[in-house]
Amino acid sequence: MIEIKDLHKSYKMGSNALHVLKGINFTVEEGELVAIMGSSGSGKSTLLNILGMLDVADSGEYTLDGVPIKNLNETKAANYRNKFLGFVFQSFNLINYKSALENVALPLYYQRVPRKERQARALKYLEQVGLKEWATHLPSELSGGQNQRVAIARAMASEPKVLLADEPTGALDSTTSYEVMDLIQKINDQGNTILVVTHEDDIAHMCKRIVYLKDGVIVEDKKVKQVRASEYV
Amino acid sequence: MFDLERWQEIFDTIRKNKLRTFLTGLSVASGIFILVILLGFGQGMQNGVAHEFEEDAATSVWVWPGVTSKEFKGLNPGRSIQLKNENYESSLALFGDKIEYKSPRIFVRNVSVNYGKEALVYGIQGVSYDFQFIENANMSEGRFLNYQDEVTTAKVAIIGNKIKRDVFKDLESPLGEYINISGVLFKIVGTYSEREDREEERIYIPITTAQRVFNGGDRINNMSYTLPMEENFDQAVIKATAFKEKLQAHLQKAHTVAPEDTGAIQVWSALEEAKRYYSLIGNIKFFFWFVGICTIIAGVVGVSNIMLIVVKERTREIGIRKALGAKPWSIVGMILQESIFVTAISGFAGLIFSMGLLEIVGPYVEVDYILNPSVNFNVALSTVLVLIFAGAVAGFFPAWRAASIHTIDALRDE
Repeated sequence: MIEIKDLHKSYKMGSNALHVLKGINFTVEEGELVAIMGSSGSGKSTLLNILGMLDVADSGEYTLDGVPIKNLNETKAANYRNKFLGFVFQSFNLINYKSALENVALPLYYQRVPRKERQARALKYLEQVGLKEWATHLPSELSGGQNQRVAIARAMASEPKVLLADEPTGALDSTTSYEVMDLIQKINDQGNTILVVTHEDDIAHMCKRIVYLKDGVIVEDKKVKQVRASEYV
Repeated sequence: MFDLERWQEIFDTIRKNKLRTFLTGLSVASGIFILVILLGFGQGMQNGVAHEFEEDAATSVWVWPGVTSKEFKGLNPGRSIQLKNENYESSLALFGDKIEYKSPRIFVRNVSVNYGKEALVYGIQGVSYDFQFIENANMSEGRFLNYQDEVTTAKVAIIGNKIKRDVFKDLESPLGEYINISGVLFKIVGTYSEREDREEERIYIPITTAQRVFNGGDRINNMSYTLPMEENFDQAVIKATAFKEKLQAHLQKAHTVAPEDTGAIQVWSALEEAKRYYSLIGNIKFFFWFVGICTIIAGVVGVSNIMLIVVKERTREIGIRKALGAKPWSIVGMILQESIFVTAISGFAGLIFSMGLLEIVGPYVEVDYILNPSVNFNVALSTVLVLIFAGAVAGFFPAWRAASIHTIDALRDE
C-alpha cells in the first residue's frame, strides 16, 4: 500500500540545515496497523506529514497504492489527499462553527458528493463512532474523546486508502485514549490501513507493528502481539 | 459562481458567523448611505438655486437708484439719485435693439386703498405692460395691463391671487369690481399668480396713471429689462454683463456720477448672479463628491481590514479544509464569493435605503436653496459596483496568501 525508498528531508534553520530524515526505507501492506514511535525530534511527525502530502521530501521515492507521488503542487496534493488519505490530529482540528455532522460531511463536499447523500453518509460514520445522537452539536459542546471520535469519523467518511493519525491520543486521558484506540482497532479490523504516530508505549502496543525512529533513521521495525484496547475500557 | 453546493456552504458560513457578516455589511451599507445622501443634497441645492432664479425672468436686468458716495465734478457725495422718464426713454433709444421686454416701475406711496368699507394694505406699483414677462407673473383671470391703458391713463388694476383669496373670497371673480385708491376708483381687470405669496400681494396699475393721478411727475423708482434668450449660457452671461455695464455707464453720465461709484446707480443682472450661484453650487457639489469618495475609500479600507481579520481568523480552518482535500483556488473562491456576496447585499441595502429616504423625505424638504434632493440612480449604482469590486480586490490578496500557506503551518496557527 505504502512504499518509500531512501527518503531524505532537511529544514533550513538560518545558515545551517537540520537533517530530519536521513534515508527512510519502509513499506506498509494493506490492512496493517502500524505505530511509528520515537522521542520528540526523531522525525516521526515529519515522516507522517510527507506520507500525508502535507510536506514534500527533498529526495526519495514514495508510492501510494501503486501511484508514484512526485512533482506535487498544491492542487495535485489536495486531490490525492482527498482521494487517498484520512487525517486524525492530536488537536482534533474540527471546524468550530460547524456541527459534528457537518464536520464529518466536509471531505465529501470536496469530493463533490451531493448534499443529501453527504449527510446520510456522514450520519452513518457518526453512528459507527457512537455519536449519532450528538450529530447536531458543535465541537465546543463535546468532550475531547467525543471530538476525536468525530475527527475519526470525518477521516473515515471519505473512505481513504490509508488513515494517518498524528498522536491521536496525545490530548486525551488514558481511559479516553483506550476508547479511541479501541475505535481505531475496530476500523483496522474492517481491513483499513492505519498509521499511528505516538510516543506512548501502551498505545504503540495496541498496534500490530511498531517502527522505532531515532535521529531520522529507522532503528527497529517489529511485529508485535496486539493488545486489544477493549480489555481496558 | 453558480455552484449550488458552494452557495450552500457559503450560506452556512454566513449563518454561523452573524456578527462578522453584520459588521462587514454595516461598513459597506453606511458608506453607500452617506454617499447617496450627500450627492442627493448636492443635487437638491442645485435644484433649489435653479428654482429661486425661476421667480423672475432668467435674463432680467434691474436698475435701482441709490446714493452717491464720491465727489464728482464739484458735486458733493451723499446725493440721492432720482430716475426720470427721460432716463428710461434714453436707455430704450440706446439699447432698444438688445432688449426683449422693458418696464419702468413706480411705487405709489401715501395712498389709502379701500374695497367697499374694507381697507386694504397692499403695495401699489405703477408698471408698464411688459412687466408681466419680467416678473414671470401668470395670468389667472382677465388680462394684464396693455398699451392702450398706458396711453389713455386708464383706471384699471391687476391684483395678485393672494389679494383675491383674502379680500374677494366671497365673490366668484373679482373682475369688474372697483377698488378705491385715495378717492379714485380703479376697475380690476385681471388676477395673476406668482411662485411666492409675497409677490402676489401687489396691485399693478399703469405707470402713466400712477404718475399723473398720484403726483408722480416724471419720476420712476426703478427700471427693469430682459434680454433675449441665448442658447449658450456663458454667452448669455457675457452679453448680460456687457449690457449691464453700458447701461450703468450711460446712467452714471446722465446723473453726473463718478464711473467707479457703482452704489449710486445699481444695475443687477440675474444671469450674472446665477452664474455666481452656479459656480458656488459647482464647488459645493465638488466638495460633496470629495467627501463621498473619501467615505467610499474609508468603506473600502474598512472592508479590506475586515477581510484581513477574517482570513487571519480562518487560517486554521483553511488548513483543515486543505488537509481534507480543498484546492487552493476553491479556498480563494469561497472567501471571495462570500465577501462579494456580503458587500453586494449590504451595498444594495444601503443604496435602496438611502434612495428610499430621499424619495420619501426629499419632496418635503422646505429649506431655502434646497429643493427635492435626489440622486442619479446610475451614479449610485456604479459606486456600489466600485465598492464591491474594491472589496473583492482587497479581499483577494489575503485570501490568496492564506490559501498558499503550507497546510501544516496553517494547521499550527492558533
